[in-house]
Amino acid sequence: MFKIVVCVKAVPDPKEACNLKIDPVTKTLLRCDVSMVLNPLDKHALEAALQIKAETEAHVCVLSMGPPEAGSILKECMALGADEGILLSDPCFGGADAYATAYTLATGVQKIGAVDVVLCGMASSDGATEWVGPEMAIMLDLPVVTMAQEISMLDGESWEVKAARENGYRRMRVRLPALLTVTRDLNTPRALSFSGIIKARKKVITQWSLKDLGVPAEKVGIKGSPTIVTEMCAVENTRKVEFLEGTREEKAELLIQKLVEGGVL
Amino acid sequence: MKKDNNPIWVLADQENCNLLAVTSQLVGQARILADVLETSVEVVLLGDGVQTHSEKLIAAGADRIYMGNDPELATYHPEIYTDLIVKLAKEHKPQIMLVGSTSTGRELAPLVAARLKTGLTAHCIDLGINQELLLEQKIPAYGGEITIVCPDKRPQMATVAQGVFSDPPPDEGRRGDVVSIQGPFLSSRRVQTLEVVMEEPAGIPLDTASCVLAGGAGAGDLNGWKQIAELATVLNAGLGCTRPAVDEGWAELETMIGQSGKMVSPDTYLGIGLSGEQQHMVGVAGAKVMIAINSDKKSPVFDQVDVGIVDDCQAFVAVLLEKIRQYKKQQVSCQ
Ligand SMILES: Cc1cc2nc3c(=O)[nH]c(=O)nc-3n(C[C@H](O)[C@H](O)[C@H](O)COP(=O)(O)OP(=O)(O)OC[C@H]3O[C@@H](n4cnc5c(N)ncnc54)[C@H](O)[C@@H]3O)c2cc1C
Ligand SMILES: Nc1ncnc2c1ncn2[C@@H]1O[C@H](COP(=O)(O)O)[C@@H](O)[C@H]1O
Repeated sequence: MFKIVVCVKAVPDPKEACNLKIDPVTKTLLRCDVSMVLNPLDKHALEAALQIKAETEAHVCVLSMGPPEAGSILKECMALGADEGILLSDPCFGGADAYATAYTLATGVQKIGAVDVVLCGMASSDGATEWVGPEMAIMLDLPVVTMAQEISMLDGESWEVKAARENGYRRMRVRLPALLTVTRDLNTPRALSFSGIIKARKKVITQWSLKDLGVPAEKVGIKGSPTIVTEMCAVENTRKVEFLEGTREEKAELLIQKLVEGGVL
Repeated sequence: MKKDNNPIWVLADQENCNLLAVTSQLVGQARILADVLETSVEVVLLGDGVQTHSEKLIAAGADRIYMGNDPELATYHPEIYTDLIVKLAKEHKPQIMLVGSTSTGRELAPLVAARLKTGLTAHCIDLGINQELLLEQKIPAYGGEITIVCPDKRPQMATVAQGVFSDPPPDEGRRGDVVSIQGPFLSSRRVQTLEVVMEEPAGIPLDTASCVLAGGAGAGDLNGWKQIAELATVLNAGLGCTRPAVDEGWAELETMIGQSGKMVSPDTYLGIGLSGEQQHMVGVAGAKVMIAINSDKKSPVFDQVDVGIVDDCQAFVAVLLEKIRQYKKQQVSCQ
C-alpha cells in the first residue's frame, strides 16, 4: 500500500511563545509553562496526506522527535485520521539542531521502510529554519520540492507540484519516492471530530529510543549537532517613545501631523 | 589558534540573468570577514548569460568567480546545482559558505549543507569573526539575540536575507579571476522544473517604499485587516505584516517583515496591532521614524518606537482614515 510519512513537531503554542524570554542578567532562557501544540504548518502536511488517503487508500504514519509529552500531538494526528504514530524519544536526542534532527528523523523513516512520500511543514514555528525537510531528503537520498502549494498526482510514479517562490511559483515534476515541504496554501486542515477522538483512544503510539534506532549516540542530539549556541543576550532599546494623548479624534489628528512632518502625507 | 587560509564562498543568486542584490551584499560582508581572516572571497555563479556579472562581483569584493555559464544551468535545478556546488566545495574546501535567504537559497543551502555534513544557520542578522576565528552567526530569539557557531564542521554555512547587509561601494580597480566550470553536469533528473511563473506583486513594493505599514495579530479579523490595507493605500505606503497575519490567511508570506521575511528600511514605519517581537522588529531596525498603535500600553513594542498610540486599532484606524480623507480634501481645496 502507498505509504506516507508526515513529520510533525510539537512546538510551544505560538500564541504564548512570546512569554519565553531571555533573562538580561543571567543571559539564560527564563522557563515558564507554555503549552505544546502541533506545529501549524504540519497540520497542512497531515491534511495533504489524509486527502491522498481518501483517494488512494494510503497508509498515513505520523513521525515526531521530541520529549514523551510530544505523544499528545501524535494522538491528535491520529484522532484526525492518521493510521500510525511513532515518537522518537530518548534523553540523547535533546538539544538537536536541524542537522541532527533531520538525521534522527531520517533514521526513523528508514526503520519504517518502503515509504513512498515524506511530507514536512515548510517551517516549524519555533525553529523555523526550514532545513529539516531538505536535509532529510539528502540523508534519505530522495528528490525534494520545498514550499508546495498544490499537488496533482499524475500517477503512482510522479507528482506535479506547484511550489511557491518570491513573486510567483515554480511548476515541478517529481518522481516518487520523494519528500515535499508544504505551505499553508496547500489546503484547509480539517477540524477534530468527536468520533475521531474516540477512535484514537484505542490507537497506540510506538516509541523508539536511540537503541531501537540502532545509531550511535554521537550522531544524535547535541552531540550530533554541528552548530552550537554560544551566547544569549538581551537587546537594548535605543528609542524613547512619545505617547500621543487625548481623545481618539485628537490622537488621529496628532498622528496626521506627525505623518505630514515625516513627509508621508 | 592557527589561521585557516581556506576561502570564504558566496553562492550567487540570479533571476532571469539579473544578479540579486543580496549576492553583492553578501560578497561585501564576506570581504570584511575575509580581511579579518586574511583569506580570499570566492563566488559560485551559475546560470546562462551571467558572464557580465563577474566584474560586478569582483568590484564588490570577490577575488575569484567560479562561473558555470551553460543553458543547462539557466534555471535553478535542485539536484544539478547541489551536485555541482558540493563537488566544487570538496575540491576547494571553503571555510565559510554564505547563501541568500531567497526561495532558491532556502532550498539549495540545506541540500548542500546536508551533503557536506555540516551546520547551517538560518536567516542571520549579523555575521562576525570571533577570537577563535570562528564565524559568529547572530539570530534574534526570545526577545534578544543568540550567537551560533559551527566549531568543527566545514564549511560554516549561513543564510542571510536581502537588506541585512548594505550594498558594498564598488571598487572598480579590484582584480580577480574567473574560473569557468564546464559540464557534463549531473544527469539524474528525479525533479524537473516545468516552468517558472513570475507574477506582478500587488501594491507598493516593500523594499523601496518610503513609508511601510505592518499589521499584526491585533488586526483581529479580516475586516480589521482590510482597514489596515486601506490605510496603506491612502498613505501610499508598502503593506507588510507579522507572521500571525500570514497564518490567519490575511496576508501573503511574501509581505512578512522580519528575520525570516523581508528586511526594510523606510523613512517611516507604522506598526499596527503587533507586539514588537524581535523576529519582526529586526526587519525594520533601519527605519528612521517608528510609530506603533497597540491597545496595550505595556506592550514591548512601545519600548522600540518613537511614537506610540494606545488604542484599539480597528476603532482608531477607522477614525484615522476619515481624518486623512478630510485632510486630503482640504489640501486639494487650498491649492
Ligand atoms: C525563528 C523564528 C523566526 C520568525 N520570523 C518572523 C518574521 O520574520 N516575521 C515575523 O513577523 N514574525 C516572525 N516570527 C514570529 C514572531 O516571533 C512573533 O510570533 C510574531 O512577530 C508576533 O506577531 P504579532 O506581533 O502580530 O502578534 P502578537 O505577538 O500576538 O501580538 C499582537 C499584539 O496586538 C495587540 N492587540 C491585540 N488586540 C488589539 C487591538 N484590538 N488593537 C490594537 N492592538 C491590539 C496586542 O496587545 C499584542 O501586542 C518568527 C519566529 C521564530 C521562532
Ligand atoms: N522534532 C521534529 N519532529 C518531527 N518533525 C520535525 C521536527 N522538527 C522539524 N520537523 C519537520 O520539519 C519541518 C520544518 O522544520 P524546521 O526545519 O524546524 O523549520 C516541520 O514543519 C516538521 O515537518
